[in-house]
Amino acid sequence: MNTIIEKFTQALLEVDRISTQKIMDDHVNQIAPVKFIEKIVVPSLEHIGEGWKDGNYALSQVYMSARICENLIDEILPPGDPDRKNQPKIAICVLCDHHKLGKIIVYSLLRSSGFDVMDFGVVTVDELVDRVKEEEIKILMISVLMYPSALKIRSVRKQLTRDNVDVKIIVGGAPFRFDEELWKQIGADAVGRTATEVISLVEKLTGDL
Amino acid sequence: MNDTRMTSLQRVLTTLGHQEPDRVPLFLLLTMHGAKELGLSIKDYFSSSRNLVEGQLRLRAKYRHDCIYNFYYAPLEVEAWGGEVIYSDDGPPNSGEPLIKKFEDIKALKIPEIGRTSVLEKVLESAQALKQQVGDEAPIIGVVMSPFSLPVMQMGFDKYLQLMYENQSLFYRLMDLNTEFCVNWANAQLAAGATAICYFDPVSSTTIIPRQMYLKTGFNIARQTIAQINGPTATHMASGRCLPMVDDISKTGTTMVGVSGIEDLQALKTACRNKLTLLGNLNGIEMCRWGIKETEQQVKQAISQAASGGGFILCDNHGEIPWQVSEDVLMTISDNVRKWGRYPLN
Repeated sequence: MNTIIEKFTQALLEVDRISTQKIMDDHVNQIAPVKFIEKIVVPSLEHIGEGWKDGNYALSQVYMSARICENLIDEILPPGDPDRKNQPKIAICVLCDHHKLGKIIVYSLLRSSGFDVMDFGVVTVDELVDRVKEEEIKILMISVLMYPSALKIRSVRKQLTRDNVDVKIIVGGAPFRFDEELWKQIGADAVGRTATEVISLVEKLTGDL
Repeated sequence: MNDTRMTSLQRVLTTLGHQEPDRVPLFLLLTMHGAKELGLSIKDYFSSSRNLVEGQLRLRAKYRHDCIYNFYYAPLEVEAWGGEVIYSDDGPPNSGEPLIKKFEDIKALKIPEIGRTSVLEKVLESAQALKQQVGDEAPIIGVVMSPFSLPVMQMGFDKYLQLMYENQSLFYRLMDLNTEFCVNWANAQLAAGATAICYFDPVSSTTIIPRQMYLKTGFNIARQTIAQINGPTATHMASGRCLPMVDDISKTGTTMVGVSGIEDLQALKTACRNKLTLLGNLNGIEMCRWGIKETEQQVKQAISQAASGGGFILCDNHGEIPWQVSEDVLMTISDNVRKWGRYPLN
């Protein structure tokens, strides 16, 4: 299995869609799609995500890998498939800026890992609070690029607490990579410093809920 | 603790020559803080070249740093191309919806004419006015977005990465357009009074693309562009990593590199010695919550890691100090460069 993970990882790093497709086609005949995701896709994406954190791989490789896997997984496990995870309602958004890359990567990785995720797109504080209440979201992921946007998460938390909304907030984005204390200051429940860290956090929180 | 031996420009030129000046030069790359000095909103402040000139002069008088920064905000060039800018009360103006919505839109793009684009004219007016005021006493830093990094704001990061990997023909068409604009824009600023150009190129950083990809793309684009710019350039990675590509960057013709707070400054110094002057690397985000002691310690540490032998300018790591950084912290940085940064270093 390790050799397959290595081959799949290498193909992802080289943005080689044909090889990734071939590896998947060769294996989903032998193991269930959900096992292919757990045993091959997730470890490969985790390796690439960790490599980015350590400076060994680049964000473009994280992004392209996530998109390739998302497309592959949609083939074998379409949205709403009963084999997808039994989970609380999860949503993701970009708060108050138009830099969507981080959100797209996390969204793709979560879907590649078998989660269904609602994408709220780019939202203001008030819009986000309303959507969380309407949709009864239990895990909310907020991505930001700009420091002032990170500070606005404090208002999201304050309004949701005021309205007795029970939701876990996971934050991510550049400001949190440059200040390790910031996520606590703005009232988040957790921070994902890489997209793959977010998957582990969501796994843990879905287990707790 | 007055500086009497050298002007700011002399100090900077000496360190660029990899010699030790009288003290470590300090670039406080302040943009929005000028609005605070003038009691204006960020949007009003950036609406007029006169405001920027007055703001920059007041900031330099207050903090006694070694440059004038004729930089308004990152999406200014995209505004010139027809893009949207969104203002904020407590942060830098930000790019809005991308102007290139699908790859095919690249074919219809027209390069902005510098003399006929008011937002660019404003920058040239302030460069001229600042040059009249400052003369050759301090360097005036002009700014361009590299042709290779501008598309993040022109079309969005996700679409740009897809273009880079999946549509070489339109990628190079966009690079040709952006290179022509970038060269014209840099040279217009130099002609108006800028001493040097800060070439922001974060997409080239190994944080964003692998080095192999950089060598095929951003490296060649930087080499071709910088060769046509009629003055010195500083390549800035805007917080991205660059240690594995220092030798490559030095071959693009640039003289300085702006480096990240998440990389080892000492290792960068070793890699850059006598090749590139280091600009960095105080963490701008953490700076928002630093106290006086922490600020002093950070300044002292950066100087001890990178200042020996010259080739070093103390600066933040992003090229734009956040609005939330306090006057006390900025003043402490300035005081401690004078306290710990005198050559010969202890």
